[in-house]
Amino acid sequence: MTDTQNISAGRGRIQITGFDPERVTEREPLSDWTEETGTGTQSRWKRGFKRFVRNRSAMIGVIVVSIMSLLAIFSRPIEFFGFVVQPFAIAPYDPTTILYLQDPTVNVYDPPSSAHPMGIDGSGRDLFSRILYGGRYSLSIGFVVVGLTASVGLVYGGISGYYGGWVDELMMRIVDTIYAFPGIVLALIIVAILGGGYWQLVLAFSLFGWNGYARLVRGEVLKIKQNEYVLAAKALGARDRSVIFKHILPNAMPPLLVLASLSIGTVVIGVAALGFLGLGMPPGTAEWGTMLDATRETLIQGPDGQIPWWATIYPGMAIFIFVMSMNMIGDGVNDALDAQETGAGEQAGGV
Amino acid sequence: MSLRRFILKRLLAIIPILFGVSVITFAMVHLTPGDPIDQMIGLNPDITPADEAQIRARYGLDGPIYEQYLTWMSNVLVGDFGEVVYSGRDVSTIVIERLPETIALGIFGWVFALGIAIPTGIYAAVNKDKFGDTVSRFVALSGISIPNFWLGLMLILVMALWLGLWPVLAPSRLPLYHPEMLWFLILPGVTIGTAAAASIMRVMRTAMAEEMNKEYVTAARAKGLPERKVVLKHVLRNSLISVVTLAATLTAGIVSGSIVVEVVFNWPGLGREFINAIDRREVNLIMAITLFTGVAIIIANLIADILYAVLDPRIRYD
Repeated sequence: MTDTQNISAGRGRIQITGFDPERVTEREPLSDWTEETGTGTQSRWKRGFKRFVRNRSAMIGVIVVSIMSLLAIFSRPIEFFGFVVQPFAIAPYDPTTILYLQDPTVNVYDPPSSAHPMGIDGSGRDLFSRILYGGRYSLSIGFVVVGLTASVGLVYGGISGYYGGWVDELMMRIVDTIYAFPGIVLALIIVAILGGGYWQLVLAFSLFGWNGYARLVRGEVLKIKQNEYVLAAKALGARDRSVIFKHILPNAMPPLLVLASLSIGTVVIGVAALGFLGLGMPPGTAEWGTMLDATRETLIQGPDGQIPWWATIYPGMAIFIFVMSMNMIGDGVNDALDAQETGAGEQAGGV
Repeated sequence: MSLRRFILKRLLAIIPILFGVSVITFAMVHLTPGDPIDQMIGLNPDITPADEAQIRARYGLDGPIYEQYLTWMSNVLVGDFGEVVYSGRDVSTIVIERLPETIALGIFGWVFALGIAIPTGIYAAVNKDKFGDTVSRFVALSGISIPNFWLGLMLILVMALWLGLWPVLAPSRLPLYHPEMLWFLILPGVTIGTAAAASIMRVMRTAMAEEMNKEYVTAARAKGLPERKVVLKHVLRNSLISVVTLAATLTAGIVSGSIVVEVVFNWPGLGREFINAIDRREVNLIMAITLFTGVAIIIANLIADILYAVLDPRIRYD
């Protein structure tokens, strides 16, 4: 930062030099000073970020999600139109190769061993490779759906809350109507209409999923638009579009971010649930939920008396660990941005 | 506004929502390419277009879409949901037959959730930031993160296959009111209730911890009330309001959870029927169950709203 900027930004502010709050060892017990008020001039986002980084469970979540994403990306090489974009392969086998055709020592439902750390599934494929690779579907669908639905909800809720009147009335009736259906019921019907597949699943969870965000943002906008700076912007002749997008929506972002980060887990569980019901990705795809679908019968019958627990435990564990880490991040964002009073943190959870 | 007028107003407000719900249900299902008639015809090459038209007319699948909607809706309003093409049975008979099974599961899930969550929530809030609180928070976080179908599979694996406490499938379907069925209700009920329990516990903890800092608590303590009475009589009552706000969302969660959980445990309720209906493209059955779900959730929302207004006298009825 240059000196001139410093001066212009600090104009009108009382600056005390030679006083370092870090050095104060004892404080008047009745004083209101906390570490946060000491940095009160920092922006809301900066303060939030600092608090987030200091939150241990949120950071564990970030690390786990990063590791899982990296493992999914580097599990098998990625090619785009014949060009190898990503040449690494952590997964020892191709997730769809049926191993006993090449290697006669491998059998269907071989228990975990050093060559196959998570065992072999019911079709003779290496489970470890499939689980690494499967992250690609669940994780990317989760992030894409939440990105889409949160953006649509932001615009929808912003318009509805800003204009009010009959526009708001009509738009909120639509939201109320969609709100009457559990997301998974609508997703099931959409997938039944379109058939399974990656983009079909994205559509199934996005088409009505913006509903919760729209409600939340509208409520926020109703509060924000009463602020003087909105009136000031309008008085200065700003157009509606610029008032909404420049002045109102940025201030509605914190609760939206909380809801979004807590919703990724819900979407991932939803996608896996459809896969489990046999309505997600095509059968045989290395998607976590679809992998569990195939194990349902064998869990109960079990080939020659043994129970292939590994085929059930590991894929589910992958979903569970990812969703748990995502929720830890969401809780961290919630605490950091102090958005609890909006109730955003309570809306997520469950399918 | 009096409470009665508030309730009346809310009741009137759900009429357009009910209409919207029926339109969405109908529109979505009728966008489906391929209904059961197509499947029937696909199997039989001898059917002429004239026969096809006749079959369609019989099931009310001819004519423009708004006409079909009006026919369907007027039938639904007198309780006639049409029949299932596959077996020729009445949809309403199937729904009435399956509904108690799902309701039993839902009630068990709710009772389990409240029974676990409220004591744990109180415990966690009273012992805030101590070891017990940390543990229960971790358990609650796991509870909202675990996919319910996988939890069901794991319960079958551990409880039924490894410990042998339950047979994997109920040996025979006794009627639902038979006391022995309660035993078979436990695993699916726990599976359905876990997510709700975890959410309630988290909300209870936050709400109670917040209430504990309020001035009336200090006042009650200063008056010399025992801590137990302060917590259970004053704090708990005010914290339960936030659980009521959550109740409608959780009911929706339990309704949608029942679909997957019934498939896992092969429980003959509406959810399993719904999946079967989707597999077989039974248009009438899909619409009936979807409509039912929507109406159930609207009613749950309404009850939660009214309860909220009754419990919290600060709420303005508007």
